[in-house]
Amino acid sequence: MVITNQLKNQHLLWRAGFGPLPEDRDQLRQHSQKSLYQSLVKASSRSPEYLDVADGMFKGLMMGIGDAGRMQKKELSSDEKKTFRKQSQQDIKSLNLAWLNEMINSSAQLREKMALFWHGHFASRNLNIFYQQLLLDIIRRHALENFTDLLTEVSKSAAMINFLNNNQNRKDHPNENFAREVMELFTLGRGNYTEHDVKEAARAFTGWGADLRGEFVFRKNQHDEGVKTVLGKTGKLDGDDVLRILIEDPQTALFITRKIYRYFVNESVDEVRVSWLANRFFQNGYDISQLLKDIFTAEWFYEAEHIGSRIKSPVELLVGIRRTLPMQIENPEVQLLVQRLLGQLLFYPPNVAGWPGGTNWIDSSSLMFRLRIPQMVYAADEFQLRPKDDDDQLMGMKDPFENGVKLKNFGKMSGGHVIAAKIAWEDYIKVFEKVSGESISAEIAAVLLQQGTHTSNSTMNKYIDSSNRDSLIKSTTIQLMSTPEYQLC
Amino acid sequence: MILKRRQFLQTGSLAAASLMLPRFLKAFEKPISFGSGNKVLVVLQLSGGNDGLNTVIPVRNDIYYQSRPGLGIAKEKSLSLTDEVGLHPALTAMKSAYDDGFLGILNGVGYPNPDRSHFRSMDIWQTGSGASEYTSTGWLGRYLDAQCPGCDQPTQALEIDDTLSLALKGTKMKGISLTDPGRLFNTSHEKYFKDILADHSMNGKEQLVDYLYKTMAETLSSAEYIFLQSKLHPAAGSYPKTTLGKRFQTIASLIFSDINTKVYYVSLGSFDTHVNQPVQQERLFTEMNDAIAAFVSDLKSNHRFEDVLLMSFSEFGRRVSQNASGGTDHGTANSMFLLSGGLKQKGLLNEMPDLNDLSDGDLKQQVDFKQVYATILKKWLKADDLTIMGRSSNYLEFI
Repeated sequence: MVITNQLKNQHLLWRAGFGPLPEDRDQLRQHSQKSLYQSLVKASSRSPEYLDVADGMFKGLMMGIGDAGRMQKKELSSDEKKTFRKQSQQDIKSLNLAWLNEMINSSAQLREKMALFWHGHFASRNLNIFYQQLLLDIIRRHALENFTDLLTEVSKSAAMINFLNNNQNRKDHPNENFAREVMELFTLGRGNYTEHDVKEAARAFTGWGADLRGEFVFRKNQHDEGVKTVLGKTGKLDGDDVLRILIEDPQTALFITRKIYRYFVNESVDEVRVSWLANRFFQNGYDISQLLKDIFTAEWFYEAEHIGSRIKSPVELLVGIRRTLPMQIENPEVQLLVQRLLGQLLFYPPNVAGWPGGTNWIDSSSLMFRLRIPQMVYAADEFQLRPKDDDDQLMGMKDPFENGVKLKNFGKMSGGHVIAAKIAWEDYIKVFEKVSGESISAEIAAVLLQQGTHTSNSTMNKYIDSSNRDSLIKSTTIQLMSTPEYQLC
Repeated sequence: MILKRRQFLQTGSLAAASLMLPRFLKAFEKPISFGSGNKVLVVLQLSGGNDGLNTVIPVRNDIYYQSRPGLGIAKEKSLSLTDEVGLHPALTAMKSAYDDGFLGILNGVGYPNPDRSHFRSMDIWQTGSGASEYTSTGWLGRYLDAQCPGCDQPTQALEIDDTLSLALKGTKMKGISLTDPGRLFNTSHEKYFKDILADHSMNGKEQLVDYLYKTMAETLSSAEYIFLQSKLHPAAGSYPKTTLGKRFQTIASLIFSDINTKVYYVSLGSFDTHVNQPVQQERLFTEMNDAIAAFVSDLKSNHRFEDVLLMSFSEFGRRVSQNASGGTDHGTANSMFLLSGGLKQKGLLNEMPDLNDLSDGDLKQQVDFKQVYATILKKWLKADDLTIMGRSSNYLEFI
């Protein structure tokens, strides 16, 4: 297919953000990629606001508890614990929706997209809302800054310390979990360290802990003061020393760059290009925004093989639909159900390795559900699907998605679910007001699909309501979104 | 030769399905390269961490009763297997199967360095990996990959649920999930999907979009195939009207058809009994027991019980001591049921867990679950367990 300027700019917006806004269509036909990228960077330059959704009363309770030990030492009554868990679970849902909202509406598209990448890279499951909020804040603040600072702050976050058991890492009782994952998943990658390195690094991280407020604490009496050797460097190393040793190893730059390339450019890796990028990343002192600039302003980034070569993750799909079609959702929590059914619920990664992505998103049921979403949004079609229980999340409680929700204005349902959305079609339709009737399908396809379509006009015409211009635009849009091509960006 | 009506229907449906398939999908009609025989595996996942010690109960062990003053199940209440061992009172079907020589019980199944998080431990069980490995494919998905290179028919492994578990996702092949063949058929039987599929043609090397169209084509054609198969020979036995009962009925109806499915996967939960364990476990066990009772009796009357192996597992067992809320917290090793008319070894397949020899209040692992998988893959499904599991195992003798 022909690679137009509009297509190139949309490519940039899908990768360095969550897709174009239809009203920018005219501008996207004009702008150069370099100037568009500059404006993306500018829109993301401000440090983000802290997303704080934790319940107020609950916060008082938590701050009153103070010392970290109390939770473990069972000084909280079981009722207090239960209240804590329930409220925390509820608040994590609010945090999910609040962040989703940023992805949809914020102009800091580059920052939020990069934060989503780091959210999968520094994957952590934690049922404590404060820990989750703090970790998300670290990730969003440092998303475009320096990888060294990001790694250090994440390593010292209560979410990670608890998730990877570093609170239990003591000099006479080392716990290797954090030391192993920081090397395998956060910096070097498998095969670039030995079991001995893990053991020695674990000793260096002894004494790193966090209190209930989520603040980092160094417990000197639990720290192993002895001499350790990690990746050939010997000394009385502590945790900061180990992180420095990991950063000084160019393998870390290569590992991170390759992962970024696979996420933002193409699953199939051009090793020559990646090592060139990684070298620069290393030379530039792990400056993330410089690495992104090297990628997004390169000519090769806009080559045909990269355009439309990525399967949208469930969150990208959902956010993308909402950016394209402005809508009010009466039951916003249904978006969590969609995330769960499609296999990417924010804050609940499958394990510390994050979401595997790519074709792993697609199986028969997830694909059919993806194809039916636009129709569900458009016509409030009922769907009767239940996600799997998540016992870590439920903690023995009843699944809130078990019964169909009751909604005004959406009729009676037979126990299923509905996406109760009202689409503001007027704004969307206006985008195409200057487009002539015969080219309207092609113009809509150009906005929606990065891969073009194989569907013939005669097939499309069977499913399109061309009784008037508005219906034509609406039905064409929904039909084109209900295709395999729309799953790609 | 008399062409049986159901064979005719099957041929007819595949022929009809192939009409709508683009040319590049004709691989569909290749002969299926799955192992000989008609052995079927049914995996029952008990989600949430079932309490193994109150499932297979050491009824003469003082430590058991001392550790569980409120939760221990008295010998008289349990269903006696031996002088030392009883089953949870709700598991009457398991007791009959035991008496008839159709049940094998493995004790202390787990893995080294057990993880007490639900999702992580389930991840380990579903991928069949070690505690410090991260794998994005499941053990049954890799079974599909290994058995069926180049074969596009994914109905060899079915999960009876709305979403597909990691256990059934391979690198190239994935199982199909459905709760009800009729509903799967209806939701995928949209003319629009068939029309855009017919318009799609692949030119040159396979692109990502072709992968999506291929998955869609497989889904549409499998949905039709499964639906028609499920109607050929409806399970006639009387099944309980519970979710699990209906799911076992679906499985039975497919086993009795001519479908090529080798693996069925079904889950029940939540067994996460931190609080008021007795009520919750009994409710779930009753649902499980009644569904299995109907399933076994149906298999027997259709003379298929010797071809079907039902395996139950949970991501971990629970701690030996009860907690302060009338429940138990996350533990480690656990018991597994193996139920079939074709077992070589039956009854208690190994020693009961040694409650004198605990690790930090938890049971020590006696058998690695990966040995169980390898045994089933090698001896039941006649598959290459070395490739699938990525390691060699000592096979067990129950098959």
